[in-house]
Amino acid sequence: MTLQTTSPIFLGMPSFQKAAKDALRNTQQRRNLAHATSTIRAKRAAVVGEVDRWEELRVAGADAKDEVLHHLPHYLEQLEANLVANGATVHWARDADEANRIVLDLVRATGSDEVVKVKSMATQEIELNERLEEAGIHAWETDLAELIVQLGHDRPSHILVPAIHRNRAEIREIFRREMGGVGRPAPDDLTDEPARLAEAARAHLREKFLRARVAISGANFAIADTGTLVVVESEGNGRMCLTLPETLISVVGVEKVLPTFADLGTFLQLLPRSSTGERMNPYTSMWTGVREGDGPQDVHVVLLDNGRSHVLADDLGRQALRCIRCSACLNVCPVYERAGGHAYGSVYPGPIGAVLNPQLRGTGSDVDKSLPYASSLCGACFEACPVRIDIPSLLVHLRTQVVDEASGRSPEALSMKAAAWMFADHRRLEAAQRGATLGSRLLGDRTVRSLPGLGAWTQARDVPSPPPETFRQWWARTHGYDVEEAP
Amino acid sequence: MSDTPTVALFATCFNDTMWPDAPRATVTLLERLGCRVVFPREQTCCGQMFTNTGYADEGTALVRRFAQVFDPFEYVVAPSGSCVGSVREQHAALARRAGDAGLERAAEDVAGRTYELSEFLVDVLGVTDVGAHFPHRVTYHPTCHSLRMLHVADKPLQLLRAVRGIDLVELPAAEECCGFGGTFAMKNADVSIAMGSDKARHVRETGAEVLVAGDRSCLAHIGGILGRQRAGVRTMHLAEVLASTEEDPA
Repeated sequence: MTLQTTSPIFLGMPSFQKAAKDALRNTQQRRNLAHATSTIRAKRAAVVGEVDRWEELRVAGADAKDEVLHHLPHYLEQLEANLVANGATVHWARDADEANRIVLDLVRATGSDEVVKVKSMATQEIELNERLEEAGIHAWETDLAELIVQLGHDRPSHILVPAIHRNRAEIREIFRREMGGVGRPAPDDLTDEPARLAEAARAHLREKFLRARVAISGANFAIADTGTLVVVESEGNGRMCLTLPETLISVVGVEKVLPTFADLGTFLQLLPRSSTGERMNPYTSMWTGVREGDGPQDVHVVLLDNGRSHVLADDLGRQALRCIRCSACLNVCPVYERAGGHAYGSVYPGPIGAVLNPQLRGTGSDVDKSLPYASSLCGACFEACPVRIDIPSLLVHLRTQVVDEASGRSPEALSMKAAAWMFADHRRLEAAQRGATLGSRLLGDRTVRSLPGLGAWTQARDVPSPPPETFRQWWARTHGYDVEEAP
Repeated sequence: MSDTPTVALFATCFNDTMWPDAPRATVTLLERLGCRVVFPREQTCCGQMFTNTGYADEGTALVRRFAQVFDPFEYVVAPSGSCVGSVREQHAALARRAGDAGLERAAEDVAGRTYELSEFLVDVLGVTDVGAHFPHRVTYHPTCHSLRMLHVADKPLQLLRAVRGIDLVELPAAEECCGFGGTFAMKNADVSIAMGSDKARHVRETGAEVLVAGDRSCLAHIGGILGRQRAGVRTMHLAEVLASTEEDPA
């Protein structure tokens, strides 16, 4: 499989194992993540628990997405027709380069050298901000957490809360150090109280909202039967971007389509509860093309593939495209909580990233090869997913793909083949067991604290030497076999 | 169900080789409860390690073996939530992937008769008080595959609560993974140990003398960390506690 998108920021990312090993040493980040994820886990559990028919909602959400994925061309054409009929211009982008070029040309045509941005995973995925900056156009992130990441010259580490790895004291320092360089500075007496930090961001962003002539957004949902785009948010920054500028450009992954307006009823229950742990998010903005004299008069929608057709072609893997980017799987994942989001080498971290990135980008790079293994398969992600993506099964499916693409001569592959040969016949297993128990009897009964080849285990874990008698030896001695002779 | 159900024990390769006390206790317990236990000698491994590491062909060969070996039996019982989880949730899918419809049917059929120990005791035998005696302070780790693949819910706790003399204390953050995860423990050793350290800390916080679970694999990991810490906590399989009596204490 070829690498479908190039990702300069994440190019040359080490494997998950290596990146995670480094991240585990970052005690501040681990503390921040443990605190933040446990808080949001508790909130989500409470608001999901109060919905009696949560399971039915999950099934309805999965069904609506599956309906779209099974008839994607039909719904996309319907969406396009309704958008165009309502005065919007629709663009189709095969990959990140095409999408970035389309957006760049549109911004240039306005003569503006800056844009305000609504938090959007699709534009993060294609690294639009970086492409715009290269062309001399400033892209101002207006979501609080995205602002923190941008000002901190940092990378997002969470889908919903991109600065989840930062705490209040760190944010205060970033604001004081960086805000003045790109706009209104933070007040000198800024403290790390959340209200003061939010106020500083608000004042900093306000001048950008009022000045901007172009806004760029994504969309949480795109309704095929009406041509309506929907953005769900908490801070009101999205509402400012979606209403004040003259030009609005929305980059929307093709899997964001929902068949009908009525389907929103399901998703507006599933998303906020799964995502922020709220019954309903504070701001839901919807727009259907252009409305004369009200809001942006030049409305563009860029429909983005960027590997999604490839995911769609995989019968099992396809379900990853149901994802509504809620982050519930990140928040419940014990691996994410400890390794943090950066180790996943993508704007899509956590369990969904571990399945989505190798599918979107292929399994050519070190990090994409390692991501399917970045899970203990504990199943907490599947249980939390509002659209029932069976992430553990997908991880196993992708591991098979990684193994099939490898040479088959690695030490692991050879030891797996040897073990499979042993397990193919109980007499071989019994012979191997006799060797192990004999060794154990020679050693005497003791705890093993280091063993060649088992270093990954014994670096922090004791292991007992094999027992003097296996179960089947005990069984032969105490019960005997009906037919065959005892081992 | 006949008065004396015949139960085929699936010991699991890991228990058989490294932790025979768990299947031995399972035999003792089931026989005490009036079952006839048989051990089909041809059994080896459910294949989970292969499947979950990406070696689906090797896993499928063991699906075939499992379906053949256990085909004759009305009940198959294993002292492992994880191995039973693989039999019930992965075996048929592996056969389907291999395009073998006959094996898929056979795998589904035998999976429907395969039980994790606590399920068999509570759902099939209909007992929660198995007549056990175990006068120790105990905490219970539910293990992910028992909890989220098999949905055994509180069946193991129902069984433990009925044990005489037991001082059962709740484990904080019990439902969080211990970090074992099969080859994850080796491939992502650092994250695995970080998760296991937190689990071990929660175990120590309970003041328990014994950590109990339905999977020896998870216990090998948590117990390995507790052992390295000289924490003074030992690990036991659920079957060992349930097999323990006043006359024959564990």
